[in-house]
Amino acid sequence: MRTYRRPVSGLWWTRNPFYLWYMLRELSSVLLVIYALTLLVGLARLVQGVVRYEDWLESLSRPGAVAFHVFTFIVVLYHAWTWFKVMPKTLPRLPLSNGAIVLSGVVAALAASLALFGAVYLAGLWSLL
Amino acid sequence: MRTIRIECLRYHPETDAEPHWQTYEVPFTDDMSVLQGLQHIKDHLDGSLTFRWSCRMAICGSCGAMVDGVPKLTCETFLRDLYPGPVRIEALNNFPIVRDLAIDQSDFLEKLQGVKAHLIPREKEEGAYVQTPKQMDEYYQYSKCINCLLCYAACPQYGLNEKFTGPAAIALAHRYNADSRDAGKAERLEVFNAEDGVWGCTLVGYCSEVCPKEVDPARAVNQNKIESAKDYFLRFLRK
Repeated sequence: MRTYRRPVSGLWWTRNPFYLWYMLRELSSVLLVIYALTLLVGLARLVQGVVRYEDWLESLSRPGAVAFHVFTFIVVLYHAWTWFKVMPKTLPRLPLSNGAIVLSGVVAALAASLALFGAVYLAGLWSLL
Repeated sequence: MRTIRIECLRYHPETDAEPHWQTYEVPFTDDMSVLQGLQHIKDHLDGSLTFRWSCRMAICGSCGAMVDGVPKLTCETFLRDLYPGPVRIEALNNFPIVRDLAIDQSDFLEKLQGVKAHLIPREKEEGAYVQTPKQMDEYYQYSKCINCLLCYAACPQYGLNEKFTGPAAIALAHRYNADSRDAGKAERLEVFNAEDGVWGCTLVGYCSEVCPKEVDPARAVNQNKIESAKDYFLRFLRK
């Protein structure tokens, strides 16, 4: 039987937004490595003494370094979000009933609301003093 | 009656060296699916157009095609949602074209046999095998797979390496691994552990996205990465 196999283009990942976001997810890990290396250099400078460490901090306050950090932060947020998306596929099933998961969500929301309300209330009281 | 332009990727092995696009103007009503659009072409415009279909209600898994670049069952995709078009219809990605929209599925069928997607019973038991609803819940979603191959068309890893066992075959094998009555896990693990087994997956996740039956093949594959990793490390302890 004669069949036709369509060639896969090297740009296959540009043909569908889903693939594009996937490639960005994979690519974002490169930026994470660069950021980790930056921190590692900082640690090495700290070992070399106060002066070298201060120099390193100084170099980070340059506009280019600040822009890199802001960009990396946005990329890290995206990377983290994708992890929440794929995590349920990689984790084994929780040994909890569906009811228990819903209930724990309700309890967590209640605790968070109470904590937030408490904080605002205390801040209000504090400002009256 | 409104009309919509349908562009089909045509390929006839006897006459064509490679596929080409052909355009049809198809009148349609609001209740017409893409499959019915194709049937209109075959009945009234061009009898040589070849495509597979059977049930018309998303259960036989025959009518999968790329609709505007997305793998879909043409029977449950409606022309009204694609209006004003044009609609581009192509045979499922990553498979060799036999003729027009009909693909050659033999690679998948061989893989399906290889993963032993059938019940390998624990031991001979008297009477019926008892299973609780909770145990059934562990595998039920995977049993809904209809072998339509949309997940393979969605999988870039399968597109780049056709040796990869792929989403549906692994999901269907996992359906039996997760079944409390089954004892074939070790036999299936050989296929999963192989170079082109579960580790061929990079968790793109598009397979689960396009599945028309709410199966989560990406989950099946990645659950078995855990099993495969456990098997790899624990064998040192077993010796």
